[in-house]
Amino acid sequence: MELNVLSLITQVAVLILLLGALHQPMGRYLAATFTSRKHLAVERGLYKLSGIDSAADQHWKVYLRSLLAFSIVSILVVLGGQMLQGHLPFNQGMGAVDPWVAMNTAVSFVTNTNWQTYVPESTLGFGVQMLLLAVQNFLSAAVGLAVVVALIRGLVRAETHNLGNFWVDLTRGTLRVLLPLSILGAVVLIVTGVIQNWGGTDIHTLVTGAQQTVPGGPVASQEAIKLLGTNGGGYFNANSAHPFENPTAFSSLFEVFLILLIPFSLPAMYGRMVGDKRQGYTVLTVMVAFWLGSTALMTWAVAAFAGQGTGVGEGFEQRFGIAPSTLFATATTLTSTGAVNVAHDSLPPLAGGLAMLNMMLGEIAPGGVGSGLYGLLVLAIVAVFIGGLMVGRTPEFLGKKIGSAQMKLVALYILVTPTLVLLGTAITVSIPYLSSNAPAEGPHGFSEILYAFTSAANNNGSAFGGITSSGPGLATMLALAMLLGRFLPIALVLALAGSLAKQRKVPDTSGTLATHGPLFATLLGGVSLLVAALTYFPALALGPAAEGLIK
Amino acid sequence: MNVSNTIGALPLAFRKLNPRAMIHSPVMFTVLIGSLACTAVSIQQLLIGSSTAVFSIIVTVWLWLTVLFGNLSEAIAEGRGKAQADSLRAARTSVMARRRVGALVPAGQSGSGQDGYSEELVPGTELSVGDVVICEAGDLIPSDGDVIEGLASVDESAITGESAPVIRESGGDRSSVTGGTMVLSDRITIRITAASGKTFLDRMIALVEGATRQKTPNEIALNVLLASLTIVFVVCVMTLAPMANFAHALPTPVVLVALLVCLIPTTIGALVPAIGIAGMDRLIQRNVLATSGRAVETAGDITTLLLDKTGTITYGNRRAVAFLAADGVDQRVLIETARLSSLADETPEGRSIVELALDGKLSAPSPDELTADVEVIEFSAVTRMSGLNLPQGHPGNPGNPGHPGNPGHPGNPAHPGTGTAGVLEVRKGAAAAVERYAKDRGGFLPQELEDAVLKISGTGGTPLLVATYDGERARVLGVIHLADVVKPGMKERFAELRAMGIKTIMITGDNKITAAAIAAEAGVDDFLAEATPEDKLAVIKAEQAAGRLVAMTGDGTNDAPALAAADVGVAMNSGTSAAKEAANMVDLDSDPTKLIDIVGIGKQLLITRGSLTTFSVANDVAKYFAIVPALFAATFPGLGLLNIMGLHSPESAIVSAVIFNALVIVALVPLALRGVKYRAVSAAQALSRNLLIYGLGGVIAPFIGIKLIDLLVALIPTIAQR
Repeated sequence: MELNVLSLITQVAVLILLLGALHQPMGRYLAATFTSRKHLAVERGLYKLSGIDSAADQHWKVYLRSLLAFSIVSILVVLGGQMLQGHLPFNQGMGAVDPWVAMNTAVSFVTNTNWQTYVPESTLGFGVQMLLLAVQNFLSAAVGLAVVVALIRGLVRAETHNLGNFWVDLTRGTLRVLLPLSILGAVVLIVTGVIQNWGGTDIHTLVTGAQQTVPGGPVASQEAIKLLGTNGGGYFNANSAHPFENPTAFSSLFEVFLILLIPFSLPAMYGRMVGDKRQGYTVLTVMVAFWLGSTALMTWAVAAFAGQGTGVGEGFEQRFGIAPSTLFATATTLTSTGAVNVAHDSLPPLAGGLAMLNMMLGEIAPGGVGSGLYGLLVLAIVAVFIGGLMVGRTPEFLGKKIGSAQMKLVALYILVTPTLVLLGTAITVSIPYLSSNAPAEGPHGFSEILYAFTSAANNNGSAFGGITSSGPGLATMLALAMLLGRFLPIALVLALAGSLAKQRKVPDTSGTLATHGPLFATLLGGVSLLVAALTYFPALALGPAAEGLIK
Repeated sequence: MNVSNTIGALPLAFRKLNPRAMIHSPVMFTVLIGSLACTAVSIQQLLIGSSTAVFSIIVTVWLWLTVLFGNLSEAIAEGRGKAQADSLRAARTSVMARRRVGALVPAGQSGSGQDGYSEELVPGTELSVGDVVICEAGDLIPSDGDVIEGLASVDESAITGESAPVIRESGGDRSSVTGGTMVLSDRITIRITAASGKTFLDRMIALVEGATRQKTPNEIALNVLLASLTIVFVVCVMTLAPMANFAHALPTPVVLVALLVCLIPTTIGALVPAIGIAGMDRLIQRNVLATSGRAVETAGDITTLLLDKTGTITYGNRRAVAFLAADGVDQRVLIETARLSSLADETPEGRSIVELALDGKLSAPSPDELTADVEVIEFSAVTRMSGLNLPQGHPGNPGNPGHPGNPGHPGNPAHPGTGTAGVLEVRKGAAAAVERYAKDRGGFLPQELEDAVLKISGTGGTPLLVATYDGERARVLGVIHLADVVKPGMKERFAELRAMGIKTIMITGDNKITAAAIAAEAGVDDFLAEATPEDKLAVIKAEQAAGRLVAMTGDGTNDAPALAAADVGVAMNSGTSAAKEAANMVDLDSDPTKLIDIVGIGKQLLITRGSLTTFSVANDVAKYFAIVPALFAATFPGLGLLNIMGLHSPESAIVSAVIFNALVIVALVPLALRGVKYRAVSAAQALSRNLLIYGLGGVIAPFIGIKLIDLLVALIPTIAQR
C-alpha cells in the first residue's frame, strides 16, 4: 500500500470545509439547548414521570451526586441485563455473559470508554446491544456534555454555588442533541451501505461446500451514535473495519466526520456561553492544530514505514489504503472514541506510539463529547496560572481568580490519569500472570499493555488487539482504570466549577492575561504537550520508541 | 550576592537541612530523601567494592549539593535582612521611661513632675498601651505612641535612615512617634499605643529577618502546582522501575533517583523562598514596610490607584508659569515688576515668580535691591497682596535711568512722573484685591487683563495681578499665571500604568474645574474633586464592588477608614498612628509617588516566580534526552538516536544532568534575589517576552549546559571508560 498524499489532503480539506461550516451553527444550537428556559412537552412528561424538579438549580455537590447515582444505576442495569440475557427477549439464543466480561462491559459503556472485551457476534443479541449498550452510548455522551456545560456555568456565574440541573442537562443533551443527530447520521450511513435489518446471522453454504457466515442486525442506528457520542463500541468485533459497519472509503470519511462533529462544535458553544466568541476560537485553534499535526505525523509514520520495504498490510483494511486509515486512527485516539478501521496493533511502532500519545494528551484535540473541552479548559487554567504569574498578576481565567483552592483541584485532575496509566501498566508488567495476556515479545508486548491502560484510563476504548482482557485480573484492573479515569476527573471538574461559580467576577484590564489570541493558544498548546510528554516520555521510550527507532 | 555573604550564609544553609524545616518545600524534601537513599546505596557499594561506586558517589555528592544550594539561596536572602535587623535592634536597647502616674499633684511636692503630675521611672519594656510618658531632649522614645502635649524635633534616622530631624506635635497629622527614635529638642508627652514587643520597630525587625514570613496565597498555589508535578514524576520514576525490569533494562536505584531529581522542578522549588524574601527586601530597601508578604503580592494585582493630587501628582504648591502684560506695557517691565514685587516673598509661590522672571535661574536678591530703605509689605489675609515700596533712586524705581520703565529707556511709554515722595509702590496679589487697590488709586483694570483673569481661573489656575503706584496713579501692568505644576514625568508614568491595566484616580479638595484641568494635564483616568475622606471611602467601596483592587496613600487620622478599606493602603511615616495602624504598608520616606514603585515590586515578585517555574519545567525536555538514552540504549540501541547531544557515556550523561541541575540553582540565585527585570508593558508583551526568554530559553539552555558539563565529566577516569 502506498500513500496517496493528494487523497489525504482532499479528505482533510473536505472535513475542514464541513466542520468549518457547521461548528458555529452547531455551537449556537448547543448553547441555546443548555441555556434555554423552556422544556419540550416530552421532557416535561419525563420529568413528571420520574419525579424530577426540573426547576431546581443544583449545588455542585448535588449535581455530582446526581451524576454518580445515575451512573451507578446505569452500570448495575447494564451488568444485570447481560447476566440475565438468557431470560430476556431478543437474545437470539445467547445466554448469560461471563460475569467478568459483563462487569468490564458495563463499566466500559457507562464511562464512555467502550472497551470491547466481549466479542459481540458471539456474545450479545439485539436486546443487549440496542436496549443497553446503545442507550449508554447516548447517556454516557450526554453526561460528558452535562459536565462541560456545568464547568462553563461555573466560569460564567458569579457568587453562587449552583451549576444548573443535571437531570435537565442530561435529558436535553440526549433528546435535543444526540438523538436527532444520530437519526440523521444513521440515514446517511444506510445510504452509504451500512446494514440495518432485523435478520440474525445467516449461514450460507457456498457452491464450494464451504460455509459462509453473514451477520445481520440494526447496525447503522448503532453506528451513528457510536461515532457521534465518541463511544466507539462496534456492533461487530472488527468495529469500523467490518464491511457492514463501514463499507466504503466514503462511509469511512463520513464516520470520521461524525466523530469530530460535536467535539469540534463545543468550543463555539463555549465561546457563546461565556459571551466572548474569541475564547471559543482560541480553544478551537489549539484543537485543530493538534489534530492536523497528529494526522500529518501519523501519516508520515505509516508511509515512512511502508516505504522501508517492510510494507504495511496485515491489519490494514485493504479497501481503504493508508490515508483513510491514518485519518481514522488519529481522529479516534484524539477523541475518546476508540472505534477503529485499522488494527492499531498492526500500526508501525511509531504510529502506534502516536496513537498512544494522542490519548496521553488527555484526549483534548478535540476530545470526547464534553470531556475533551473540559480537559482542555483544565489545562487552560494551568496555562493561565503560569502565564498570569509571568505577567505579574494573580492569575485570572475569565474574571475568576485562580488561587490555591483551584490549583489543588487542577493539580489532582492532572495527576489522576497518568497515575492510573502508569500504575496499571507497572503492576501488570510486574505480575507474569497478568503480563502473559499480552503475547507479543519485547517492546511490542509492553506497548500492548501500556496501550490498554492508556486507553482505559482516558476512556478511549481502542486497543492494541493482541492483548486479552477477558480474564478476571485485567478485566478488573481495566474496569477500575475506566471508572476512576472517568469519575475522579468529573468530580474534580465539578468541584472546580463550584469554586469558580462562588467567586465574584474581576473585570478585565490591559494588565490581565488575555485568554484568547495566538499567544495564549501557543501557551496552551505548549503546556498541554509538555505535561503529556514529560509524564509519559520514559514509558513511550520503552514501548514504541524502543521498537520503532532502529540504529 | 557576593562571596562574603555567601560564605556567611553557609552555616545557616546547613542548619536548614533539618528535615522538619525542609518538609515545607515538597520538592526539596524529595531531593533530601533521594540524597539519603543514594548515600546508603553508595556506602553499600563501597563496602562490597562495586565498580559503580565512584559513579554513585559522584551522583550522591551532587544530590547533596543540590539540597544545599537550595538552602543556601534562602539563607543568602535571609542574610541580607540580618544586617539591617542588627542595626535596628541597636535602637531597641532598653530604655527607662518616665511614666506619669496618678492625678495632678501640686507642684513642689515630692515626685511631682514639671507639669504637676507625679512620675515614676520604669523600664520601657514594662509600658502598656494607654500609659503616658514624658520625653525631653536627649531621651529615646520608649515605645510607639501619639504626642498628646507639646512639640519636639525628633531624630528618626534609626528607622528611616533620614538624618534631618522631623517635627512631632500634638494634634493634627504629625502626632505619631516611634519607639527607638530620639527627641532632639523640647519636651513632649506621649500616650503609648503599642505594647512592648509589638512596636513598629519590633515588627520591622521581624520582617527584615523573615521571622514572621508566612507563605502568601500565590506562593501556596504555586507550591500546590510544584507538589503535583513532583508527585507526577515520583509516579513516573517509580513505575519506570518495573517497566524497565520487564524490558530487562533495570537501572540502579542511584540512577533512578538521579532521574527523579532532574525531573522534579528543583530549580523553582529551591528558589521560591528566596524570591519571596527578596521581594520583601526590595520593598524595605525602598524604605517601605509591609505588614505581610500578602500585601506585597496584592500590590501587583492593583487595578485602581487613588492618588492625592497635592504632593503626589503636582508639586505641593502652585508655581508661576506665565506673565501676561496689559496692552501697551512692555513684557520686560511686567516681568521686572513682578520680580520686584516678590523679592521679599519667601512663599513657594513668590519664589517661583522670581525663578520664572529670571528664566528658571533662581538667585538670591542682590543686596543693593533689598536695601534698608526698601519697605517690605508682607502678605496679609486682609489685603491679600504683598510687595515693596521702593525709594527714589532704587534700581527698581523707574526714576532710575537704568530701569526699563524710565522715560529714557527704550520701549517705555512715557512714564507719567516720579510720584510725590518719589516712592514707587510695587504690588502683586489676588485679582480682586489688586483691582480694588488700583481703582482706589485712580487706576483701572484693562479689559484684556480682566479677560485673562477669567480665563486663567477657568482653567484651574490662579491669576495674580501686578500693579505699581507712583503716588499719582496706579497702573495694572499685567497678570502672573500661577498653576499647579504637574511633576515632570507623571504623564508618562500614568501612561505606563494604563498600559499595565491600572486606572488612576486623582483625589483633590479643589473644585471641579481646577481638578479637571490638572487631571487632563497629568493624564489620570479619573478624578474626584472637592473630596472628603468619606468620598474616598465611597470611591474605594465602589471600585471594589466592581471587582477591582484599590491602592491608596494617606496620612491623616481621617484617612484611616479608607486606608483600612483599600486592598493596599500605604501610610506615610509622618502620619498619625491611626493611619499607620490601618494601613498595610508604611512608607518611611513619606513619599506618596512610591505607590507606583510598590505596584512594580509586587508584579516583579510574581513574574520572577512564573518565569523561573517555566524555566524549571522547560529544562526537563533536555534532561530526558540526556538520561533516557543513557538508561536504555544498551538494551535498545535505537534509543541511542535520542542522544542528540552526543554525550560521552551513560554515566557521564547522568552525572552531567545532575550537575547541571544543581548548578542552575546557583546560577539563578542572583536573578531570584534581584527579580526578573520588570517593564511597564501590557500583559501580552510581558508574556511573549518572558515565554521567549524563560520558556524557549529553558528548553535550549540545558542542551548546551549539559553538553559542556559532559565534556568535562568525560575526563573523570572511571566515567571515561565506556
